[in-house]
Amino acid sequence: MENSKIVIKTENLTKIYGEGEVAVRAINNVDLTIKAGEFTALVGPSGSGKTTLLNMIGGLDAPTSGKVWIDKVDISTLSNNRLIDFRLHNIGFVFQAYNLIPVLTAKENIEFIMLLQKRPKAERQQRVLALLKEVGLSDKKDSRPDALSGGQQQRVAVARALASKPKFILADEPTANLDSKTAGKLLDTMAALNHEEGITFIFSTHDQRVIERAHRVITLVDGAIAKDELIEYPSDHAQPETA
Amino acid sequence: MLLKLAWRNIWRNKRRTLITMASIVFAVILCVLMDALKKGFLDEMKKNMVGFYTGYVQVQQADYWDEKTLDNSFLFQDSLPQLIARNRSVTGITPRVESFTLAASEEYAKGAMIIGIDPLKEEMVTQLSEKIHQGSYLEATDKAVLIGEGLADYLKLGVGDTMVVLGQGYHGVSATAKYPIKGLIKFGTPDLNKGMIYLPLKESQQLFGMDNRLTSFVLQLKDIDKAEIVQTQIAADLSKEYRALHWKTMLPELDSFIDGETRENVVFQIVLYLLIAFGIFGTILMMTLERQREFGILVSVGMQKFRLTAMVILENSMIALFGALMGTLLSVPVVFYFNQFPIHVTGQLAKAYENFNLQPIFYFSLAPEIFYNQGLIVLAVAMVLSLYPIFKIARLQPVAAMRS
Repeated sequence: MENSKIVIKTENLTKIYGEGEVAVRAINNVDLTIKAGEFTALVGPSGSGKTTLLNMIGGLDAPTSGKVWIDKVDISTLSNNRLIDFRLHNIGFVFQAYNLIPVLTAKENIEFIMLLQKRPKAERQQRVLALLKEVGLSDKKDSRPDALSGGQQQRVAVARALASKPKFILADEPTANLDSKTAGKLLDTMAALNHEEGITFIFSTHDQRVIERAHRVITLVDGAIAKDELIEYPSDHAQPETA
Repeated sequence: MLLKLAWRNIWRNKRRTLITMASIVFAVILCVLMDALKKGFLDEMKKNMVGFYTGYVQVQQADYWDEKTLDNSFLFQDSLPQLIARNRSVTGITPRVESFTLAASEEYAKGAMIIGIDPLKEEMVTQLSEKIHQGSYLEATDKAVLIGEGLADYLKLGVGDTMVVLGQGYHGVSATAKYPIKGLIKFGTPDLNKGMIYLPLKESQQLFGMDNRLTSFVLQLKDIDKAEIVQTQIAADLSKEYRALHWKTMLPELDSFIDGETRENVVFQIVLYLLIAFGIFGTILMMTLERQREFGILVSVGMQKFRLTAMVILENSMIALFGALMGTLLSVPVVFYFNQFPIHVTGQLAKAYENFNLQPIFYFSLAPEIFYNQGLIVLAVAMVLSLYPIFKIARLQPVAAMRS
């Protein structure tokens, strides 16, 4: 992993909410590097800044100070429109509440991202079917979110995140709303994608099952990194992309 | 995809969408009916007063309008109608002699306007024969009159009876004669009904001692809305001896009335469209506020805000357009029915209308602009109201929106 390509780098990243006496330092001078192919869990107590850090890495929230580089691009310098475009082509999101578009079917939800990317129809259709197969939902392609279980919706969300061929996927408490069995299956799917295809995942989580599968566990306390543990990759794991 | 998304979004809350559409449908029907009624009523009034009486443009001797005496008449010369006819907007010209007289029966007398007409030419310009209610139309050689039904009632005369006229002719000569009544005319306007007498031109010239003289030429136009332009063009061609006037100069009270009524209609429509606007805005407000989270997600995953804005505008436009289209389509048969069968006001209300010199009949206009204007206005209202979601989307912060 030492020679792997760096996909995310933060430098003195700080986020302060409020001003004066009521100011809250949600993220405090965080320096972090994530390499391609990592399966990383951000853990910590509630209010430790996990989601805030994830949002800033994903360009959804602007830091008060410090920088975020995604694949050598300083995203804090991008205009709003370019940032939206940057997210579309580089970052996949999986949210706690699935956040699928309710009026679109599973297939359309996945295809939607590729439509925004203006990919050709044939490519879109081929990839949607492949992704649905990958997350085990080929038979649910025409179902709308309200006809899918929580686990199924979250698997569609994973497929949607993968559809844009992102550099990494940010998953904010993806198993929080799922029962134990469903969460296990979902994590198996994500772990397999990381293991076999080398897709980079960064989780914000409290879930012990996620932590058990992670190869790197970063513990945040009061907005700062308290612990950063690397766990050895299994021998059959896909080789991380090198710089 | 944007269209598909917008279409599916508007049906996410069917009841709300249908209620909004229904409010637009009924408001559009109401607006179309009001507009058709107002326009129909005013058009009919204009037709009665202008079309059957003054005409849209007249050519007179230069001083006649300021002092309406037969002494200000002019000698008929072929060159004048030939000059007027050169204007391509003029489709017909009819000569007239007009003078105020006293009309009398054995027991009653009443002031009335005698109009000397060339029956054939008058028919081509004002279609006067269509207004004959009893009896028959004049011929050029007749020594008989057509009188308004109201005047006949007042004088207690009917077709075949004799009426006496007393007046002053050209250069103060006495103008007295008696004529059999050949027909009764029913005008829409009570004032005309009670005060008009038509006589063949030659006979009127003889009555007033003004051989071959006229008081005016009344012009028929291709497009009555261009009366002022045509009047200006003709006036420019005339010598100083003559003057061209358009109907707004000849009937300023009617012009003011139409203008006032049109403004009143605009105010009424503005109030109605404000009501529609609030109805649509209620839906837009709900659709915008309850979907902040969804908007946040769409922007997070990479949808540009301008696309999101376009989607919301499409949603609003679809609701507004469907409502306006349905309202317009449903209003067509209603307006058509009332156009064919105008509402006749009766009783005290009819008398009140007549007292104000208004015809107690509600006509409905079928002018196409009445229908398509409503669709355009509703669409414009929806576009203006779309500024709200545009503003909200422009200020949208994905993280805050997803937390909502």
